[in-house]
Amino acid sequence: MTSAKSEFQERSARVAPDLEHRARMTRQLRLYSTQRAAREGAYGDFQAARRAAGETKWQALMALDRHLLEFSEKLEARGAKVHWAADGAEARAIVLDVLSKRQAKLVVKSKAMTAEEIGLAEALAERGIEVVESDLGEFIMQLRKEPPYHIVFPAMHLSRDEVGELFHAELAAERTDDPEALTMIARRVLRQKYVAADAGITGANFAVAETGMISITENEGNARLGAALPSCMITLVGIEKVLPKLEDLALFLPLLATAGAGQLLTGYNTLYAGPRAPGESDGPEEYHVVLLDNGRSELLADPELRDALRCIRCGACLNVCPVFRNVGGHTYGTTYPGPIGAVLTPSLRQQDGFEHLPDASSLCGACSETCPVGIDLHHHLLEHRRRRAVTDPSPLWHAVFRAYAFVCARPALYERLISFARFGTRLLRWAARIGVAQAARLASERELPEPAALTFRERWRRR
Amino acid sequence: MQITLFVPCFVDSFAPRVAESMVRVFERLGHDVRFAEAAVCCGQPAFNAGYWDEAQSVAERTLRELASAEAVVVGSGSCATMLKRFYPRLFAGTSGAEAAQDLAARSFEFAEFLVNELGVSELGARFPAKVTVHDGCHALRELGLKRPMRELLSHVKDLTLVEMAEAETCCGFGGTFSAKFPTISRAMGEQKLGSARETGADYVVSCDSSCLLHLKSLGARDGAALGSVHLAEVLASR
Repeated sequence: MTSAKSEFQERSARVAPDLEHRARMTRQLRLYSTQRAAREGAYGDFQAARRAAGETKWQALMALDRHLLEFSEKLEARGAKVHWAADGAEARAIVLDVLSKRQAKLVVKSKAMTAEEIGLAEALAERGIEVVESDLGEFIMQLRKEPPYHIVFPAMHLSRDEVGELFHAELAAERTDDPEALTMIARRVLRQKYVAADAGITGANFAVAETGMISITENEGNARLGAALPSCMITLVGIEKVLPKLEDLALFLPLLATAGAGQLLTGYNTLYAGPRAPGESDGPEEYHVVLLDNGRSELLADPELRDALRCIRCGACLNVCPVFRNVGGHTYGTTYPGPIGAVLTPSLRQQDGFEHLPDASSLCGACSETCPVGIDLHHHLLEHRRRRAVTDPSPLWHAVFRAYAFVCARPALYERLISFARFGTRLLRWAARIGVAQAARLASERELPEPAALTFRERWRRR
Repeated sequence: MQITLFVPCFVDSFAPRVAESMVRVFERLGHDVRFAEAAVCCGQPAFNAGYWDEAQSVAERTLRELASAEAVVVGSGSCATMLKRFYPRLFAGTSGAEAAQDLAARSFEFAEFLVNELGVSELGARFPAKVTVHDGCHALRELGLKRPMRELLSHVKDLTLVEMAEAETCCGFGGTFSAKFPTISRAMGEQKLGSARETGADYVVSCDSSCLLHLKSLGARDGAALGSVHLAEVLASR
């Protein structure tokens, strides 16, 4: 039987000891850490910026209903159409409907984790609509027919050589490992698609309620092209991405750039306010914004876990997570990997089987420490564990902890067991020495720490 | 001052010298050291795994045994965190809530207690070696303790401290995590050991015996020499 859990175990057992993977992840993420630390230094008080951002997101969420209505009214007043999707199926149907009315055959898409979340590209492909990923990393991953490895750096685990080989095999390009040449190859392919595309699909970083605008931040300009050239633009955005005021971007754009990629500000920061207005020379004829719920309101109703909705998808918690660094992005089998994935997946996935993710953490807290909006991520993991122990306890672990509690409540029994364990270890070593095969195997497989000859309790009494 | 040691289960059986060293350090400073013999474990293994009923029954005993202690000192950042931070959560809304809050205010991690409570950082210790420091995650992030251990080490004679790369990265132990996900735990530990070895240190020093035991069990396998020693053992050396 393969379950998400056994797949996680199997994949992590394969990736974690892979020294080449380890070296690449370390190199990439150490670079991130250095750059991020340098950018943080540019803030007068970075911790104060984090607190302000967390507070702003919190206020936005506490009045989410009003902000969403305001956003929708303002945006529709300029001729855009706002759609409300309760779940992935509704969102897919809305997008398909828009596209089929325009008889679209080709769509250029920029980065949108919400699209991954609802399996949008697959749904469009099934209807015969070609979807071209325009973000370079996503473009690479699409050629590999794999999901992104990281929510911000989709192809972070690949070397230049591997990308060169991929372009050679899939695009019949000349072999090269020069990053600039590789980018040019992708650009040649993509520019043709922008011109020919019937629609552009984007995600969103923020939805500004006050002005009814979508804010997208990117480094490649691909979202801009996808928005400007095709005659129809569709933005898919999670309802939690709302910011109350336009001026909030003054804090959130640099914060996202710093936390996400160690940049002071991302290369292109654009606000989308509606379709082409009379007298304007560019922009799409139609602009659709799909507001996606997909489990978010349910999470909002949960007082213990709702602050996870503050997440701005910067990926910082992945970057600092020692588990993510060691198992990589594909091991999780989820749209959102790493700490935020372990926190969100049980809520957004709306299917069971990923309850092991909160267990796959040493609870080191590096995620909470780095989160730019102050989500208490590792304590969320604890809370997930607590709930599961109540609703669906593991028979084995429950028995273990019952026995443990029984022993700890009886100090005399505890002491007897300690002496017994000490005796057992000696017995095992002796058996291994005289050649009992099973004992030898057990002793060689792991170096169990050796109990001391006398416990502290025994030593204390002999003082 | 009357100081009561809470000695966690694994320190009692695997690293008793840590607790003995703490006794020595406090007695040299002229304090009256007590030991809460009947408090066996803080309950964190069950707490972290989500089994709060079981954690509570273990913690209740500890709470009771430490009820009259003036100051409780723990030679493990992780167990100190359990007493200081997690007991109030574990007992919130129960009859033990007040006692948990009260104990939390009287409990301290070893290095924290010396530097922040007693105001002592020079103990006349001598430890002729090059050492590097591993920050236990609980002490570092739940209790915000980075300085006290370094402050204490800076006054140890003949000791050279070299910081390792990514000193704040988890060693991969994580209690039941290491049993449930042994390959990930091992990979994390190997990286930690690698960072420690790069410094050329003779010893890695920590406030947490659990991290040290984990690293030791990994280091023993590949045979390369890197000792591990608890801060209390360093401070008790002359």
